[in-house]
Amino acid sequence: MYTLLQPDFRIKRDEERCIRCGVCVRQCAFDVHSVDTDDGSIRSDESKCVACQRCETLCPTRALTLEENYHVANENYNWTGGVLKNIWKQAETGGVLLTGMGNPRPYRIYWDHLVLNASQVTNPSIDPLREPMELRTYLGSKPDSVEVVKENGSLKLKTKLAPQLRLDAPFLFSAMSLGAIGYNVQEAMARAATEMGIYWNTGEGGLHKDLYKYGKNTIVQVASGRFGVYKDYLDAAAAVEIKIGQGAKPGIGGHLPGEKVGDLVSMTRMIPAGTDALSPAPHHDIYSIEDLSQLIYSLKEATEYTKPVSVKIAAVHNVAAIASGIVRAGADIVAIDGIRGGTGAAPTMIRDNVGIPIELAIAAVDQRLRDEGIRNRASILAAGGFRSSADIIKAIALGADAVYLGTAALVAMGCHVCQKCYTGKCNWGIATQDPYLERRLNPDIAAERLSNLIHAWSHEIMEMLGGMGINAIESLRGNRLHLRGVGLSKTELDILGVRHAGAS
Amino acid sequence: MKRIYAIESVCMNCQLCAVFCATGHSRSKDIIKAHNREKVLPRLFVEEKRPVSFAVQCRHCDEPFCVQSCITGALTKSLEGPVVYAEEKCVGCWTCVAACPYGAIRRDVDRKKIAKCDLCAELTEPACVANCPNQALVYEERGS
Amino acid sequence: MTKYAIIGNSVAAVGAIEAIRSVDAEGSITVVANEPYHVYSRPLISEYLAGETTVERMAYRPADFYEKNGVEAILGVAAAGIDFDKKSIALEDGQSVEYDKLLLATGGKPFVPPIVGLDHQDIFTFTGLADAMKLDEAIDRVKDFVVIGGGLIGLKCAESLHKRGVKVTVVELADRVMAAVLDVDAGRIVEKSLARKGIDVVTGDTVEEILGEGGSITGVRLKSEKELPCQAVVIAIGVAPNVELVKDSPVKVGRGILVDDMMGTSVPDVYAAGDVAEGRDVLMGVTRILPIWPNAYMQGRAAGMAMTGSPRGFAGGLSMNSIELFGTPLINVGITDPRDESFEILTRSEGDHLYRKVVLRDGRLVGAIVVGEIDRAGILTGLIRDGVDVSDFKEELLRSDFGHIDLPADVRERRLFAL
Repeated sequence: MYTLLQPDFRIKRDEERCIRCGVCVRQCAFDVHSVDTDDGSIRSDESKCVACQRCETLCPTRALTLEENYHVANENYNWTGGVLKNIWKQAETGGVLLTGMGNPRPYRIYWDHLVLNASQVTNPSIDPLREPMELRTYLGSKPDSVEVVKENGSLKLKTKLAPQLRLDAPFLFSAMSLGAIGYNVQEAMARAATEMGIYWNTGEGGLHKDLYKYGKNTIVQVASGRFGVYKDYLDAAAAVEIKIGQGAKPGIGGHLPGEKVGDLVSMTRMIPAGTDALSPAPHHDIYSIEDLSQLIYSLKEATEYTKPVSVKIAAVHNVAAIASGIVRAGADIVAIDGIRGGTGAAPTMIRDNVGIPIELAIAAVDQRLRDEGIRNRASILAAGGFRSSADIIKAIALGADAVYLGTAALVAMGCHVCQKCYTGKCNWGIATQDPYLERRLNPDIAAERLSNLIHAWSHEIMEMLGGMGINAIESLRGNRLHLRGVGLSKTELDILGVRHAGAS
Repeated sequence: MKRIYAIESVCMNCQLCAVFCATGHSRSKDIIKAHNREKVLPRLFVEEKRPVSFAVQCRHCDEPFCVQSCITGALTKSLEGPVVYAEEKCVGCWTCVAACPYGAIRRDVDRKKIAKCDLCAELTEPACVANCPNQALVYEERGS
Repeated sequence: MTKYAIIGNSVAAVGAIEAIRSVDAEGSITVVANEPYHVYSRPLISEYLAGETTVERMAYRPADFYEKNGVEAILGVAAAGIDFDKKSIALEDGQSVEYDKLLLATGGKPFVPPIVGLDHQDIFTFTGLADAMKLDEAIDRVKDFVVIGGGLIGLKCAESLHKRGVKVTVVELADRVMAAVLDVDAGRIVEKSLARKGIDVVTGDTVEEILGEGGSITGVRLKSEKELPCQAVVIAIGVAPNVELVKDSPVKVGRGILVDDMMGTSVPDVYAAGDVAEGRDVLMGVTRILPIWPNAYMQGRAAGMAMTGSPRGFAGGLSMNSIELFGTPLINVGITDPRDESFEILTRSEGDHLYRKVVLRDGRLVGAIVVGEIDRAGILTGLIRDGVDVSDFKEELLRSDFGHIDLPADVRERRLFAL
């Protein structure tokens, strides 16, 4: 059928520079480039290009340039090129539009409308290079009060504390399952988390035996598909997370097609090779907070109350009430994934239109739990599109205990956000099970890059904390006075619990 | 001695090792000129059969069969370890090509000379190793 | 301090010198050779004849080779006899050389069959630099050459002569050229490449008489009664081991001097290596003369090591040749044309330019012929030398781009990165 769809991108090859080495040909899993056997020159079929920039990045002579192909001449504010293309595509295929990564739509990013405070004259700022600066964060339920007794002249804590996760910096790597991403990516995250004293999350696809050795820094997930969940899996982990929802696709389940279920995924997920891995939209045993509580306590029983249990939900309209229910159900950690949270595959319409921004969700949940006097009973983990250390420190000031990094971690490892994760042809070797592609992700390099990122962001956070005159990240948590809004409405400021810039 | 080792599990078949090898052995050391004008041959071979690939260079054997086979004395084993190639002595008889168990010697048919890895003697690290974007080549001492 | 003596000054001698010096810096080394030249690359005499190289460039080792290795080189003086009891070599000029350890590396001498008319002028052989020099002089006055023998030496000689602009006809007794190392199919490819250039090849026939008048050659008469007009004849049938020095001596001789795996002869402290030695063939399981360059070096090296008292042994000889005739490269290794049913043979050919044959015995590769795309053929040689079981991937061996990637991963890892 003749297609009305024009290529999204244009590839320019500088023939003077091209040395016909064929790197582009060999590196493109979408078969964009090919050798013309007549003269050895290289041709490019732009209609297949996803702009992952792999060829552009690896071309040793910089002979390739990718450009947007602005071809919809008469697009208008309502009928944009993207909208028209979606319709053409669906008119040709009759299918649901699929996509990957986080929401790209121009919803307000509140981080860019929040600014931080700094000390001037009346209170001293702190130089983190000269004075101790604490980023250590403990995740887990804190007691309402602590009882201390004197024993043989020294003070001892009498209150029995709930199990905690100890983080050297307030970051974790988001849940990304084996199947959605490759083994090497998980290994890189596990190694970096171990090195940096933080945690990574297995996602819902089980934990490969070879990664058990990183268990002390691993959070394992229990999701609606229950993939790979068994005794050893729970025992291996530092914490267990019940996945209810995901920011990129609230209310939607998951579907890992059978072609991605090879031996490795099959073994780890404990499903037959080649079969579709279906995660139902709801947990079929959870229809109420009471049901959730049963699962939380089942997991606590199974792990003998030695590990915190987290519950992860997508940020939706009544997120605060749900979070309250989760805490009351016994969760030690509430993880909230905002509208910009990523995915390996989701219907485009869901990803782009369902859920609420994480900034508002953090503020609402933190406030609600405080109002109810149960904020201490659970830690808040925020997720969904954190791009920099500044976003993170603002999230903590809004009330989060720590943040999950998904997309940022992937970008650190090479992801160029082409949003084609669902094809399984990730040219960066990340979102793929193809053995030809996955070896592109060298876990040695990727782990180092992740560690570097965590190191850099930790340092930046220390600088910003010092500037505010704060020497421990704990002191900033929920301290919204250190934030001011810029260009926000009264309603937005009210929800965020933040004053406008200029207000004292 | 230090040798080049390929790490198959992370070799991604980009073959940039070959590109930078050829560049490093060109007169101009200019990547575009080396390929488009000088037509320099790389001193290594990348073998590929998807999904696997890896680069093969001269292993600088302890008992090099190529040296023993070379009819002109163009190939010699140096005391420091590398198998040294004196191009001016080569007549292109290809006996070393028949001898090398690694298939690491390339024929430069037009010039009737061979081309083989010299470990980029003038550099601290061979060009193929230094430019591998995925660290699939390492230059290190292992055992012998 | 050990006194080492070597008779002969070609590649086996070099192999021995380099081996001795890798272990023993002290001992004296004396080299005696009847050829007056600094050690040169014998195979390059065809390049010399073709005018493509010079005597200087033929040096197999640098000019200071003897000096650097502390070798006393007595060149241009033949050894006249050896007293194995007194451990002394008598030279033709009356000198003598005492030794503790002796290496016989006297090489081969051209084999000249009984042909009628050998008393004419302009009958040449082609094994040494002097031969090439004589031929070089003859080219100016000779228009037509007949080369007797279509083996490696004969064909390289014919090619060089052709390049010099004279008419060459090759006469070969066997049904094909290079019969000792090639099969019929590969032989035909070579013959065609020669024919395309205008070199006539007569197979299945031989020269019975060299015809001439007053000492000058006018032609040759073949067994088939056919006559070929020519003014010069090159006898390039092959070489025979140069065993004259040990005739009627305690050194045991078969076809060549019999040696064990340490290159030792039947006489203690006396070793032999190179074209004169009859050593073990790694594939055939018999002793035989393997008059090829790499074999000579390796035997020389093994002998040298043994002479110093730190023997490494000789892995066994392997037939291996690389030859390029008029742009068609060709490599043969090991057993290439077995007639025995116990061998498995696989071949692939494309037209007149590409041929690949592998010979297996008990699942192991024992021989190969590669014509045309010879790149990386050494991988096959390696598999042969190491006796690798190739039965699981034998078909792959026929691909021109066969490589380590076709080997099982563990075998590949071992083979590639054992060092």
